[in-house]
Amino acid sequence: MTTPAPIQFTPTHQMPAMLARAKDAVGVALVSLLLGIPMIGLHTVDQGGVLAVMTRWPWLLAFVVAMFVGRFVMQFALDHVKLNKAKRERKRPEVAARRPWLTWLGRALLGFAVVLPIAFSGNRYVVDTATTVLIYVMLGWGLNVVVGLAGLLDLGYVAFYAVGAYTYGLLSTHFGWGFWETLPVAGALTASFGILLGWPTLRLRGDYLAIVTLGFGEIIRLILVNWTDFSGGPNGVTSIPRPTFFGLPFSPSTDETTFSSFFHLDYSADHRVIFLYYVILALALLTNLFVSRLRKLPVGIAWEAVREDEVACKALGMNVTNIKLSAFAIGAMLGGFAGVFFAARQGFISPESFVFSESATILAIVVLGGMGSQLGVVFASVLLVLLPELGRDFSEYRMLLFGAAMILIMVWRPGGLIAHREPTVKLGRAPSPVPANQGAQA
Amino acid sequence: MSAPTMNTAGQTLLEVDSLTMRFGGLTAINNLSLNVPGGKITSIIGPNGAGKTTFFNCLTGFYKPTTGSVRMHHPEHGPLALEQMPSYHVARKAGVVRTFQNIRLFPNMTVLENLIVAQHNALQHASRFSLAGLFGRAGYKQAREAALTKAEMWLTRLKLLDIADLAAGNLSYGTQRRIEIARALCVDPLLLCLDEPAAGLNPRESAELNELLLYLSREHHKGILLIEHDMNVVMRVSDHICVLNFGNKIAEGTPEQIQNDPNVIKAYLGEDEADEKEAA
Repeated sequence: MTTPAPIQFTPTHQMPAMLARAKDAVGVALVSLLLGIPMIGLHTVDQGGVLAVMTRWPWLLAFVVAMFVGRFVMQFALDHVKLNKAKRERKRPEVAARRPWLTWLGRALLGFAVVLPIAFSGNRYVVDTATTVLIYVMLGWGLNVVVGLAGLLDLGYVAFYAVGAYTYGLLSTHFGWGFWETLPVAGALTASFGILLGWPTLRLRGDYLAIVTLGFGEIIRLILVNWTDFSGGPNGVTSIPRPTFFGLPFSPSTDETTFSSFFHLDYSADHRVIFLYYVILALALLTNLFVSRLRKLPVGIAWEAVREDEVACKALGMNVTNIKLSAFAIGAMLGGFAGVFFAARQGFISPESFVFSESATILAIVVLGGMGSQLGVVFASVLLVLLPELGRDFSEYRMLLFGAAMILIMVWRPGGLIAHREPTVKLGRAPSPVPANQGAQA
Repeated sequence: MSAPTMNTAGQTLLEVDSLTMRFGGLTAINNLSLNVPGGKITSIIGPNGAGKTTFFNCLTGFYKPTTGSVRMHHPEHGPLALEQMPSYHVARKAGVVRTFQNIRLFPNMTVLENLIVAQHNALQHASRFSLAGLFGRAGYKQAREAALTKAEMWLTRLKLLDIADLAAGNLSYGTQRRIEIARALCVDPLLLCLDEPAAGLNPRESAELNELLLYLSREHHKGILLIEHDMNVVMRVSDHICVLNFGNKIAEGTPEQIQNDPNVIKAYLGEDEADEKEAA
């Protein structure tokens, strides 16, 4: 058997695979020969006004050889990838080891996020886009509690985002509530909405739950569209006050003490943009801290246990109802916070901002990032916000690019960008008495 | 919560009275009465489809029996009507904890995490519904250490310490069985219901299982209710055996009595095999 392929390793059990690949490559070469005869082997030339058919057999030969070698190499590469994947999967029991580089990557990203408005201080577009990314990061972290940890597929998450946004929109325009007072109220309200959604769906799982939550999201949106007296209908809520810097508004006015006059700065519209960026950064970081602490507490471990096996949870004396409801409530609350921020940032909200595709985007962020992974959500949000932004130049191919990228990621990493799960507690194999402190902080 | 050392040996722990379970026209359990003592090993045997697992499901609140009652004589909480309790109450309040025929671990979580989840109620209480936990209060930290100590104790007893930090789903079948028992023990059961714990074990592993069951009943005074097909396990460890066939109790007694019971030999061992040969 003569094979011109670049053989890197050929243990004996690999030989049948080599033979199969060679056969496959020969097949492809034959097909290309067949197609190549009319397409490449023969060509027409203009000979004094008459078309003459000429042959170019060397070209054809080169083409067929190229097809053969190319096919062979491609097969080889594909098999190699599969083999590596299988190897990695076999190794998995040992993979419980920590991955310090992930922690460092997280810290580096955090550092970058903190200095971003300073580094790009003149560039409002960058800070604005980064703010959008952070809103999605926060939403992703919130939904991660429901989908990633508790394993409850929620397709109507945007409803809680809407409830949060409208809570601030309505309370501020009708009753003059400020951003900071509204936050806890909106959190409590959206948490109750989470329980409201969770209660009737407790018995449902998987697809059925997804459909009900999808319906819930639509109900909230339709109420907002149709109950004009309450929500302003399709016109939405306008002139929502922006958050203030501890009572100092961001405005060019000179009658009152503003942020710029208090700090003796020249007024610039960028101040508010940068301030908003830091507000969402702080909110997102608080969310992250909150969720990652919860994950290590009994309630967080219980969420994961419910995702893994509900029946076993019941057999161990766990009240699955309460555990699921707490996941819904906390996920909803975090979505509500993001909603309040969204309303404050936009200054205008309408039901159009809370359509199903938003829910789908947030869910995509969680799934792409890797269910349950906090850092994965960040990468996925960056990707999902930036890809359409970068794609603006090829406007009509934008969604095509976006879809292709999603498919590629799911093929390449079916478990999401970061599929690694860090155990919440470790024994660490230290001699007894139990190394509880290590376990608690690991 | 029941203390792990609570000794109920000898007393009747579970009293099943004329339990019947029907699924439509099928009577899975017919008028079954049975007493299960604390601190002893009671086995339930019978051919496939005899209603053994259904019986477990009725005990542990997964099914609501059609008629009949299941009383748990809990030393602290008095008599409890298990048939009226939701399944999580059966484990939490009555101290009746079961394992499953097809192992139900939390596969993506580590062995240690599986054992910590089993102590959820105590931990959740100590964390004051996460508030004390979020702020790292001392009371919660103590409860957490206690939970880890208990988990480590059972991991050591069941020889699982070396694999405590590995994902449970990747381990071998026999190991997963042991993890499931260790996890159930972390709930501090008074009565441990094991559904075919020896299924899929090799002879060495099932010999180890025998030792473990005897150890749990003699040293820790756990009442054990055992469904098992492996007669090497059943006959060696049981204090008392109950034989079911088509939902009816056909015999009850010590292993010697059961081995010599003509009903059992006819219905369970002899006739079934003959039938199978004829059918084949």
